[in-house]
Amino acid sequence: MNKSAQEAFDNLTETVGDAQVDKPKMRTENVNVFYGTNQAIHDVSLDIGNNEVVAMIGPSGCGKSTFLRCLNRMNDTIPSCRVEGSITLDGEDLYGPDLDPVLLRARVGMVFQKPNPFAKSIYDNVAYGPRIHGLSSNRAELDDIVTDSLKKAGLFDEVKNRLDAPGTSLSGGQQQRLCIARSIAVSPEVILMDEPCSALDPIATARIEELIDELRQNFAIAIVTHSMQQAARVSQRTAYFHLGKLVEVNDTKAVFTNPQHELTENYITGRFG
Amino acid sequence: MSATTLVLVAIALAALSFAYGRMQAFQVASKHGGMKSMHSLPSHYGMMVALWCALPALAIIIGWKLIEPTVISSVLDGSIPQEIVDAGPKTIELYKNDIGNLVDSDKISGIADAGKKLAAEKLRGLRHISSVALMILALCVAVVGASLALKRIKPNTRARVTVEKIVRFFLIGSASIAILTTVGIVASVIFESLRFFQQVDFFDFVAGTQWSPQTAIRADQAGSSGSFGAVPLFVGTLLISFIAMIVAVPFGLLSAIYLAEYASRRVRSIVKPLLEILAGIPTVVYGFFAALTVAPAIRHVGESIGLSVSSESALAAGAVMGIMIIPFVSSLSDDVITAVPQAMRDGSYGLGSTKSETIRQVVIPAALPGIVGGILLAASRAIGETMIVVMAAGLAAKITANPLEAVTTVTVQIVTLLTGDQEFDSAKTLAAFALGLMLFVVTLCLNVIALQVVRKYREQYE
Repeated sequence: MNKSAQEAFDNLTETVGDAQVDKPKMRTENVNVFYGTNQAIHDVSLDIGNNEVVAMIGPSGCGKSTFLRCLNRMNDTIPSCRVEGSITLDGEDLYGPDLDPVLLRARVGMVFQKPNPFAKSIYDNVAYGPRIHGLSSNRAELDDIVTDSLKKAGLFDEVKNRLDAPGTSLSGGQQQRLCIARSIAVSPEVILMDEPCSALDPIATARIEELIDELRQNFAIAIVTHSMQQAARVSQRTAYFHLGKLVEVNDTKAVFTNPQHELTENYITGRFG
Repeated sequence: MSATTLVLVAIALAALSFAYGRMQAFQVASKHGGMKSMHSLPSHYGMMVALWCALPALAIIIGWKLIEPTVISSVLDGSIPQEIVDAGPKTIELYKNDIGNLVDSDKISGIADAGKKLAAEKLRGLRHISSVALMILALCVAVVGASLALKRIKPNTRARVTVEKIVRFFLIGSASIAILTTVGIVASVIFESLRFFQQVDFFDFVAGTQWSPQTAIRADQAGSSGSFGAVPLFVGTLLISFIAMIVAVPFGLLSAIYLAEYASRRVRSIVKPLLEILAGIPTVVYGFFAALTVAPAIRHVGESIGLSVSSESALAAGAVMGIMIIPFVSSLSDDVITAVPQAMRDGSYGLGSTKSETIRQVVIPAALPGIVGGILLAASRAIGETMIVVMAAGLAAKITANPLEAVTTVTVQIVTLLTGDQEFDSAKTLAAFALGLMLFVVTLCLNVIALQVVRKYREQYE
C-alpha cells in the first residue's frame, strides 16, 4: 500500500456508495466481529436485496469470508468468535434470543470453497436436507425434490443414470454443482457462496457462473470471490472490503468502470492485492 | 579371552578407529585445501574406518565359533579309547559330551579313568589353542582392516556411499530378522499340525462335535481313544468374543463420539489416556477380576431371579474381555472420527442440521470404514485372548449359546494341552498346534480385512 492509499484507508470512516437498497432481503448494520481480542470486521453495513447477486471482493484476509459466515451464523462453531451489531433477515434479528441458528441455516444456505459432498450417494447428498427438515412425506415427493434441485443446479443430465453412485466419484466441478443442488433442495431464501469456483477449472467455473445467474430468479445470493472478472460477470452489486472495513459498495458496473475510492481503484486496476 | 570379551574389544577398537579416521580426514582435508575438497564428511570417513575394522573381525569371530566345535571334535576322535569306538556312534557322542562337561565344570583333576583324563586334558588344550589363535587372528584382521581403510582417506574416496550402503544392509538385516522369526513360528506350527493330521482326520477335527483329548499313555488304559472335534471350542470362542463385542462396541463407539465431537480439549486430554490405561492393565489382572468378582456377582444376581448360573460362565469372561478391548474400539474410532474433514461438518451445518444429526448422518457414515476396521482388530484381539478365559470361562467343551454356562475356548485348550508333563509326539499335544494354526488363520484373516478396510478409508481423504 502506498502512502496516499494508507492515508485514504486511515481516514476511511464511512463506506463509499449505497450500502442500502429498498426492501432488502438481509440487512446488516454496524457489524463488528472479534476473534478473541482481535477485531476482524470493523463497522460494516451492507444490504442484500431480493433477486440480486452481491459480490464481495478484496485482498486475502480482508474479512469478506468472515462477514459472509456471520450471515448464517456459521461463526457459531468457532468458540472464540463474537459478533456485534445488527443483522436481520426479513426484519428478523439473526442474533436475537428467539432465533434458532439451526433453523436459520435452512433459510440461509451456504456453498463452500472446496466441494464437500457427504460420503453418500448423489441422491442421498441432495435428499439429506429435505430429510432432516421433513420436507417430503413420501418417496415420490422426495424424488421430485432431488430431481428438481439437480436440474436447477444443471447437474441432472450428467448424473441421472447414476444417482446411486457416491458423491465423491464426481469431478470437482460436478461436486460443486452437487453441493449447490444440496443447498437448493431445502429451498433457502438466501444462498451464501464462499469462493465457490476457486478449486475449479475455467470450464467448470463458467458453468457455475451461468448457474448463479439463473438462481438469481429465485434466491438472494451473496458471493465471495477472488476473481474480479467473476464479480463483474455474475453480480449486480459489488462490495470492496479492505482489512476488515467495507470500503466501497455500488452497482457492479460503476465499481469496475468508475471506482470512487482510491483503494478500490488500486485494487481493481491491479496495483496491489 | 572368551568370545564375548573379544567382540567387546573389537567394538572398542572400532570406536577408536572412528575417532582416528575422523581426525585423519581433517588432516587430509587441510592438505588439499579444506573440507570442501573432500567427497564426504569427516564422520563418514571415520565410520568407514570403523566398519573396516569391526566387520571383518566380527565375521571371523562368528565363523570361527561356528566351525570350532566340529573341528575340535574330529581332532579329539583320535584319543577316544577303542572299546568306546566299537560301541557305536551313540556311545561316542555320549563319551564326548561327558568329557566336554568335565572340562566345562573344571573337574579334570577328579577323573579316575586315566584314558578319560587324557582326552579331557587334550580337549582343554585344543580349546585353549583355538581361543588364542582366534584372538590373534581377529585382532590382526581388525588392525589391518582399519589401517587399510585409513590409507583410503583421500578427497575422491566416496566414503559416504560405502557407509550408507552398509547401513542399508544392516537395516535390511534387522527387518528380515522380525520377518524370519514370524515365518519360523508359522512353519513350526504348520509342521506340527501336519503331524497331528497324520494321526487325526482333518475333517474330524474341523467338523467334529466331541472334544475329549485324552489319549492312552499305556496300552491297557481305559478311555483311551480320544476325540478331537474342535467345533465346541470354536463355538465357545465365538460365544465369548460375541459377548465381548456386545460390551465393547457400543461403549467404545459412544465414548469415541463423545471424545471426538463433544469433549473440550481439556477433558479429552485427560479422558483419552485414562481410557487407554484399560488396554495397559495386565490380562491376568482382568482374569482374576472376572473369576473372583464378576463371575460370583453374576451368579448371585442370576440365582436371586431363579436362573441357574455356573460359577464359571461365558458371560463373566466375555463381559470383562469386552471392558478390556473398549480402548481398541474407542481409540481407533476417535482417530477416524477426528480425521473426517471439518468441511463436511460445515456442509451439514450449512444445510441447517443439528450437531447430533450431523454426527449420525454425516460424520459416522464417513468414518464407518475406519470404525469397522477398529472393531475387527478388537475382535481378533478378543478371539486370541487367553488369560481371562483360562481363569473365568471354565473347561467344559460343549456346544451352547447360553452365556450363563461354562464354556471353553481354543486358547484355553491350548494352555491345558501344553502345560504340565506331556508326551510330545502324542496326538493330545500335537492338537495344540493344530488349534493354534486354526486360531492364527482366523485372526490373520480378520487383521487383513481390517487393515484393508482402514487403508481404503485413508485413501478416500488424502
